[in-house]
Amino acid sequence: MSGTPGNEPPTATHPRAELRGISMRFGATQALDDVSLALLPGEVHALVGENGAGKSTLVKILAGIHQPDSGTIVLDGEPIVIAGPAQARASGIAVVHQEPRLFPDLTVAENVFIGHAPPGRLGTIDWGSTRRAAQALFDQLDVQFDIAAPVRGLSMADQQLIEIAKSLSVDARVLILDEPTASLSAHEVERLFAIVRRLRDRGVSILFVSHRLDEVFDLCDRATVLRDGRHVVTTETSALTTADLVRYMVGRAVSLFPKVETPLGDTLLEVEHLTRAGAFRDVSFSVRAGEIVGLAGLVGAGRTEVARVLFGVDARDAGEIRLGGVPVTFGSPSEAMNGGIAYLPEDRHQEGLVLDFSIAQNVTLPILPRLFPRFLVQSSIERRVAGDNTRQLNVRMTGVDQLVGALSGGNQQKVVLAKWLASKPRVLILDEPTRGIDIGAKVEVHRIISELAASGLGIVLISSDLPEVLAMSDRILVLHEGRITAEIPRDRASEERVMFAATGNVEPIAGGDAVAGALDG
Amino acid sequence: MADPGVAVGSFSAPARGRWLVVVARQRELSLVAIMVVLGGLVTLTAPQFLSVANISQVAVLASVIAVAAMGEALVVITRNVDLSVEATMGLVAYAVASLLERHALDTLGALAFGLGLGLVLGMINGVVVTLFKVPAIVATLGTLSIFRGVDYLVAGSHQVPLASLPPGFTDAARDSFFGVPIFVAIALIIMVIGSVILRSTRFGRQLYAVGSNPEAAAILGIPSRLVVFTAFSLCGLLAGVAGILYVMEFGTINGTSATGLVLAVVAAVVVGGVNIFGGSGTLVGALLGALFLGFIANALILIGLSQFWLQAIYGVVILLAVSADAILVRRIQRATAARRVR
Repeated sequence: MSGTPGNEPPTATHPRAELRGISMRFGATQALDDVSLALLPGEVHALVGENGAGKSTLVKILAGIHQPDSGTIVLDGEPIVIAGPAQARASGIAVVHQEPRLFPDLTVAENVFIGHAPPGRLGTIDWGSTRRAAQALFDQLDVQFDIAAPVRGLSMADQQLIEIAKSLSVDARVLILDEPTASLSAHEVERLFAIVRRLRDRGVSILFVSHRLDEVFDLCDRATVLRDGRHVVTTETSALTTADLVRYMVGRAVSLFPKVETPLGDTLLEVEHLTRAGAFRDVSFSVRAGEIVGLAGLVGAGRTEVARVLFGVDARDAGEIRLGGVPVTFGSPSEAMNGGIAYLPEDRHQEGLVLDFSIAQNVTLPILPRLFPRFLVQSSIERRVAGDNTRQLNVRMTGVDQLVGALSGGNQQKVVLAKWLASKPRVLILDEPTRGIDIGAKVEVHRIISELAASGLGIVLISSDLPEVLAMSDRILVLHEGRITAEIPRDRASEERVMFAATGNVEPIAGGDAVAGALDG
Repeated sequence: MADPGVAVGSFSAPARGRWLVVVARQRELSLVAIMVVLGGLVTLTAPQFLSVANISQVAVLASVIAVAAMGEALVVITRNVDLSVEATMGLVAYAVASLLERHALDTLGALAFGLGLGLVLGMINGVVVTLFKVPAIVATLGTLSIFRGVDYLVAGSHQVPLASLPPGFTDAARDSFFGVPIFVAIALIIMVIGSVILRSTRFGRQLYAVGSNPEAAAILGIPSRLVVFTAFSLCGLLAGVAGILYVMEFGTINGTSATGLVLAVVAAVVVGGVNIFGGSGTLVGALLGALFLGFIANALILIGLSQFWLQAIYGVVILLAVSADAILVRRIQRATAARRVR
């Protein structure tokens, strides 16, 4: 929205806050590319986009956490530099994060006024007026709170309200809500929306980041769509349909190595009514030899959580897992590994690799007991196993003794893959296997995944990269807030359909064509 | 013995990053270099510093700390710490001395009892940390107090005099083994065996993995709790060995023997390049660290400074070693990161 707001609400004359031509790059990733956005006084403005579209980066720039590489931020007509979170707050910009950042052992009132409590005599804090002021803020919001109670133990929704009260206490004129409803119940969402509307009516500009499109229509006056760090459109929500919005969100350009057609074999993995309280519910699917099953969904939909239960990291609350027709219960990753499941975790630094170790040491780490039953590690065998597995994956290295920490992201990811392949799994769960690696390495990882499927492995591919899921999967399961909202076969899959289901629109299987027709039209 | 923990890789760093990496990977060598320089300086004012008698005395004394420090290193590599080593040493020392004094067991029996006692005390630490999930620093502070308390209770005001120990037993401290003082030989043997375990066994690999990246270790199915328990147990066993050496060296043992040694043990470990945050370090390093501290103590005496400086100097040495580590790690990360971004 750069310059010509042709359809402003009549109340607005000048934007309260404006981003003009903001660009930001992280290493090889262009997170934001020439993005402009205007927030009007007294509007609720939705910011939507896929995972990785640049929403978080934009929020962090407004919050003063990141400094943009280029572009200007204009507040009430004045260009400003937001050098840090303290300055953002001083400029009247407040952010309520999805996970509130409060001090659990301090009271509600102390949290609201942390850092700017009313001063009393001799530089002490005047607790009396602090409490009265906090009470007044919650009265304004029309919510009941025991302001003398510690924050620990309060619900996520209550903690968000405290964050909002905090922003009011500094008289914020721009309020950013970063996926505030992700962990709220329906009733709590209603309460939050009522408060947001009240603030809007008082002239506060609100930027509302959300994955839930129904909320965008319910609450927001205008919406801005980002895709791949670029601004796609800013328009009034009344002029939009869900299908329009979905179409704006999808369509990322990525070069790909599509899956090679493979005859499917026996069913390897069956999951029935799998449930883990607070994470996902009633998830059922199966994977056959040679098949790639895509697990799509937005961040927080429960995909990784499903994988962690399958791999024995977390326990399930209900449901059944069968491997080769036999019901299994894995109490630990090593049991899952012995059962023939391997899991390539989402965060390869945190969970995938020991950066202080060499390539060879990393590759053999999960299979040490199998490889060296007599306790002593023989480095000749270790190097041979590591060499075999890494050569197959074309890891670019000076040798298997090279430290993993010295490799590029793509090659590190290949070492993680090599590590799990060395354990000779039957089912391979890949969690965001190409995140953060460059395009060349990405194509190569796709080729490897395809070859692995062709060799008879069953593969579960978790990915936020829609074109990747579409190109690689035989079948796509879409998760939304812990439930499967669609199962789409390869020949009927489209980005629109997946995004439609990922944003919580349950697609009736029979009426699928009608929806697809509406989307295509 | 080159660096068993981390494979010495062909690290293709740019010139600026390279020497940092070399320094970091060769902490043991830098320590030797510092000792040579310091030794040279001390010799200028006190020529007897370099005499064979002096050096061997320093080495013998350092061996007691070195054995305990190698056990401590195992624990520190797993991101834990054992503050109770000195109490384990003290309790084992008194138990062994007292058994020998009362002729309750013969020499071999008393030694076996001492080792077993050390192992059991280490296992207690391991259980408290891995099963009851008490943070190691709190758990071992507790057992430090408990083990020492038991020592006081058992010993009362009694002191085992040197004269009531078998003469052959205490003389062993002065014996040598192919020209190497027997204490030093014991420390070296433990170092060699331990280094092989760390370098070439599953357990060794898992020890470093647990300390370097606990999340990855969990995902990889490494039995982290068993690994940490084993580290504490071995630490107790080696503290037991150190306790026995302590009896052989000093002979006169009471309920307060070995009090305050934990500072020297932990200092030896961090000076020797074992990362206090876990994941890297070697037994060679811990051994050299103990030797380094021994040299400093000896140099103080020779150049006529008061022994009272020693505690303060140990403290300074710990802080210096840990800060140097932190700075080095940060620099290396920056150099590596710069290389990875295109």
